[in-house]
Amino acid sequence: MTTEILLAGFGGQGVLFAGKILAYCGLMDSKELSWLPSYGPEMRGGTANCSVCISDEPIGSPLVLAPDILVAMNQPSFDKFIDAVKPGGKVFVDSTLIESKCERTDIDCYYIPSSQLADENELKGGSNIILLGKLIKESGLFSFETMKKAIEKVVPPAKAQLIANNFKAIEIGMNN
Amino acid sequence: MERNLMKGNEALAEAAIRAGCKCFFGYPITPQTELAAYMAKRMNKAGGVFLQAESEIAAVNMVLGAASTGVRAMTSSSSPGVSLKSEGISYIAGSDLPAVIINVQRGGPGLGGIQPSQADYWQATKALGHGDFHLLVYAPASVQEMVDMVVTAFDRADKYRMPAMILADGLLGQMMEPVSFPEINANAYDKSGWAADGHKNNREHHIINSLYLKPDELQKSVYDRFERYEQIKAEETDAELYLTEDCDILLCAYGATARVVKSAVNSARELGIKAGMFRPKTLWPFPVKEINEAAKNAKCLLDIEMSMGQMIDDVKLAINCSKPVHFFGRTGGVIPTPAEILEEIKKVGGAE
Repeated sequence: MTTEILLAGFGGQGVLFAGKILAYCGLMDSKELSWLPSYGPEMRGGTANCSVCISDEPIGSPLVLAPDILVAMNQPSFDKFIDAVKPGGKVFVDSTLIESKCERTDIDCYYIPSSQLADENELKGGSNIILLGKLIKESGLFSFETMKKAIEKVVPPAKAQLIANNFKAIEIGMNN
Repeated sequence: MERNLMKGNEALAEAAIRAGCKCFFGYPITPQTELAAYMAKRMNKAGGVFLQAESEIAAVNMVLGAASTGVRAMTSSSSPGVSLKSEGISYIAGSDLPAVIINVQRGGPGLGGIQPSQADYWQATKALGHGDFHLLVYAPASVQEMVDMVVTAFDRADKYRMPAMILADGLLGQMMEPVSFPEINANAYDKSGWAADGHKNNREHHIINSLYLKPDELQKSVYDRFERYEQIKAEETDAELYLTEDCDILLCAYGATARVVKSAVNSARELGIKAGMFRPKTLWPFPVKEINEAAKNAKCLLDIEMSMGQMIDDVKLAINCSKPVHFFGRTGGVIPTPAEILEEIKKVGGAE
């Protein structure tokens, strides 16, 4: 089985970083995986997105066109990708920044005020990780333990003091 | 073996260093920039030279110079930058020097775009510069193959004293996948007979040159090279044959496109359509024997590329036009989807 994930938002919100954590989760769980960023001019301030595939089999196209899971971090991304989500799919929305509600009834949409939660808990820039916490809780794709190991791998040694904040952000996401 | 997660561009660079590349000369261009950036970080520590040249033309000529001394040297670029390097690559071939050139293809012609493309197939396999010559061309389809093929490319470049190219694309360069680095026991090639590495008054000068003003001599040098090419055509082809044993429709694709095609072939099989795939791993020499083996029971072939159709020429030549060869392509940086390829399979299958 292959789970196709699309993460989308503004450049600087940590969309690629969040994708990287999911990719490393796959690595920790000995899965097949791929991570593909958008690398066009949209990276410089516009919308950024990132395709992650997690599978038990070798991955064909790494480009996710119809995601099983969408993580939407801004309004343009929500508008652009909501109709592409596969029936039965799950959508994780930063409801601080996205006002729209999903009109589709064939997918599950979770609204988390992740930007607000990040601010309240003094986790600057932690909105992306809060969404990941919610994602693993609702999808069961990875365990908390796996994600902790992934974060320890992804966060560069020079920023090791941020690891605890990331753990906290996941927990906030899992409990909201 | 430990699995690491790396971008294709970074994996190419790390593999080159491990394969004994001592000199990297480059110039930034999307979508291969991470390769040069990685080299900038790692090469010094690995005891080699990283130099960002003033242009692509300068970089390739630095490769020519470094290779002349017998060290392993490499340059990398993306499509427009590779065009700039073509003169130097012809000189490297004409001087019988080993070197590795990487092309992480983007859309063209002209400045084109920065999204993935395969529109440099003709350039890589037919005419990477002027004159009668070939270079070895390897086409990876995964980050792991990028590693493995860089190692092979350095080895064969030394073995045959000729340039070798890795023809990748923006998709492979930018994506991350698990990769492991094999223990490399690099073959040692004796370069003492030709390398211009200082004669110390102990031997004759070694002259690295591609200029022959006497036609007979130039002809002889080209004849010699083409003798080597015959050996390479016989010994160095490589391809993946996927579900070809009983296939009615043989899809042909290389590089990133082959990943998409494989998904489509699997979907076709689930619908009861006997599809298979031939994926050349070497584009020059083209795996003629292998495609004929793959196509032996097929009724028709369907070539898929991220271009308007370039490899299709080699496909037709290799099977001597003995079967119909259909084509589907996307270009300009658009990546074909498994669904649209499946539609083509159905169309071609239905037309039979």
